[in-house]
Amino acid sequence: MSSNIQNAAGPIPIPVDPRSTARAAGPRGKLGPASVGRSLPGISPEIAKVGLSEICLSYRTQSGERLLALDHINLEVKPGEFLCVVGPSGCGKSTLLHLIAGLHQQTSGQVLVDGKPVEGPGTDRILIFQELGLFPWLTVGQNVEFGMKMKGVSKAGRAEKTRYYLRLVHLSQFKDSYIHQLSGGMRQRVALARALATEPDVLLMDEPFAALDAQTRDLLHDELERIWAETGRTIIFVTHNVREAIRLGDRVVLLTFRPGRVKREFLIDLPRPRVLEDVHVAHAARAILDELREEINRSLEVEYSVGVRPHVVPGAEP
Amino acid sequence: MKRAARLVIFYTCLIGLWALLAQLKIWPAYLFPTPWGVAQELYDGFSDHSYWIAIAVSMRRVLIGYTISVVAGMILGLGVASNKFLEETMGGLLVSLQSLPSICWWPLALLWFGLNQNAILFVVIMGSLLSVTLAMEDGRKQMPKIYGMAGRNLGARGFQLFWHVLLPASLPFIVSGLKQGWAFAWRSLITAEMLYVSLGLGQVLMMGRETSNMNAVIAVMILIIALGYIVDGLIFKSMERHLQHKWGLTPAT
Repeated sequence: MSSNIQNAAGPIPIPVDPRSTARAAGPRGKLGPASVGRSLPGISPEIAKVGLSEICLSYRTQSGERLLALDHINLEVKPGEFLCVVGPSGCGKSTLLHLIAGLHQQTSGQVLVDGKPVEGPGTDRILIFQELGLFPWLTVGQNVEFGMKMKGVSKAGRAEKTRYYLRLVHLSQFKDSYIHQLSGGMRQRVALARALATEPDVLLMDEPFAALDAQTRDLLHDELERIWAETGRTIIFVTHNVREAIRLGDRVVLLTFRPGRVKREFLIDLPRPRVLEDVHVAHAARAILDELREEINRSLEVEYSVGVRPHVVPGAEP
Repeated sequence: MKRAARLVIFYTCLIGLWALLAQLKIWPAYLFPTPWGVAQELYDGFSDHSYWIAIAVSMRRVLIGYTISVVAGMILGLGVASNKFLEETMGGLLVSLQSLPSICWWPLALLWFGLNQNAILFVVIMGSLLSVTLAMEDGRKQMPKIYGMAGRNLGARGFQLFWHVLLPASLPFIVSGLKQGWAFAWRSLITAEMLYVSLGLGQVLMMGRETSNMNAVIAVMILIIALGYIVDGLIFKSMERHLQHKWGLTPAT
């Protein structure tokens, strides 16, 4: 393991059962000051921007059995932190974002934002959906100002902010275009601008770059990092791409496959800006991938429970 | 340009055939009117303003009735689509009610409202309400769920969510239902007007029958077709084009 990547638990191995991890003072409490990567001046690490405590979510499948999707998730996100959540598909990482956004209700446990429990959606937390959910009946500019309009911001105020955020994502010339006239990468940037324009404290991103080509994704990584630095938002970023998580995150949380539990946390203190192809990134990814592969194999076992049991080729990125 | 030329040729041939048949005098003129007789009738009707008045009266009624249908149908459809109990109970009833010609409500409408404009409006509403309701219900279900979630996520609540998100998001799915509702409203109106001294186009047509003036009957039939076509072409076609442009849907050919 590279010296640049540290297990959040330090040298002490994390117990396999995440519940016992959680009960021990929470992930932040276990960190020695030396292992904190990027220091956040002026912000006490005790105040979590987003806190998840003992989150469980179960639902009934069509055949009537109860399926536990999330199992006692405990997580704290600091103000201004860039947290990445990785896990195999089906581990409930998207669901976790929906819970924080207030679009779904957890079965038990609490979602806290600034110490207050979340009750329904709020513009302090904006989710960028995997499918984006841009409104095709509105122009780019109208999409960006939508949240502000709902909040009752004056027309002049909306116009000014829309201009600002479109400039931030380099889409000023496309203000009057409709969504279908844009490329995939441009749509991503509209979604980002629309989310930022409501000025949320917390930005929730659900595999936003999964469907993009590599070049566009690299570009958007740079832009997202720049915007994050400029606006100081807290970002929770869900992805199945470990390298992407290391490219962007201050911290990477690995979830287990069904039920989703926090398997491990990794602190990434590589200097920014990071490059996907960088050897340190690859090195750090290796450590996480090894852990992730176990979960992917478990998920494959479940999904291919009848017949052959394919395994992930070692070294291949999921 | 080519399309226009084809249309001109088609209608010239059609009217030519009609003129030819009329000229052969196989049937007496009071059974088979001539094109020029009908044209003369149209000219007279418009110049003594009686057709203008009939059109104004009929259009006013259908507009009122249709507007009520659209508003009520959207609310009803949305309710049925978002409530499982309503969907299971009302849903089936609405579909079966649609097989009932709206003029069947006429006897009841007369008893409830009397022999007046409201009875006609009632029949018009019963004709188009169901189409709009079913279209809205269907549209709400077909509409991708992501829009509602995105709207809530961005702070839209209650009526805001309906007006700014759910309604525009379902429009492409309900525009054909709105169109069908319009056609039903228009037909129901003419039918109801034929049954009562109503000043509308339907009554003018019946007057043609009573005075054995087949020229007038055909003239009014042409007016009814033309008006229905104009509304469809001007309002619904441009609405569809507008939606297709915004959503990036290719027009169906």
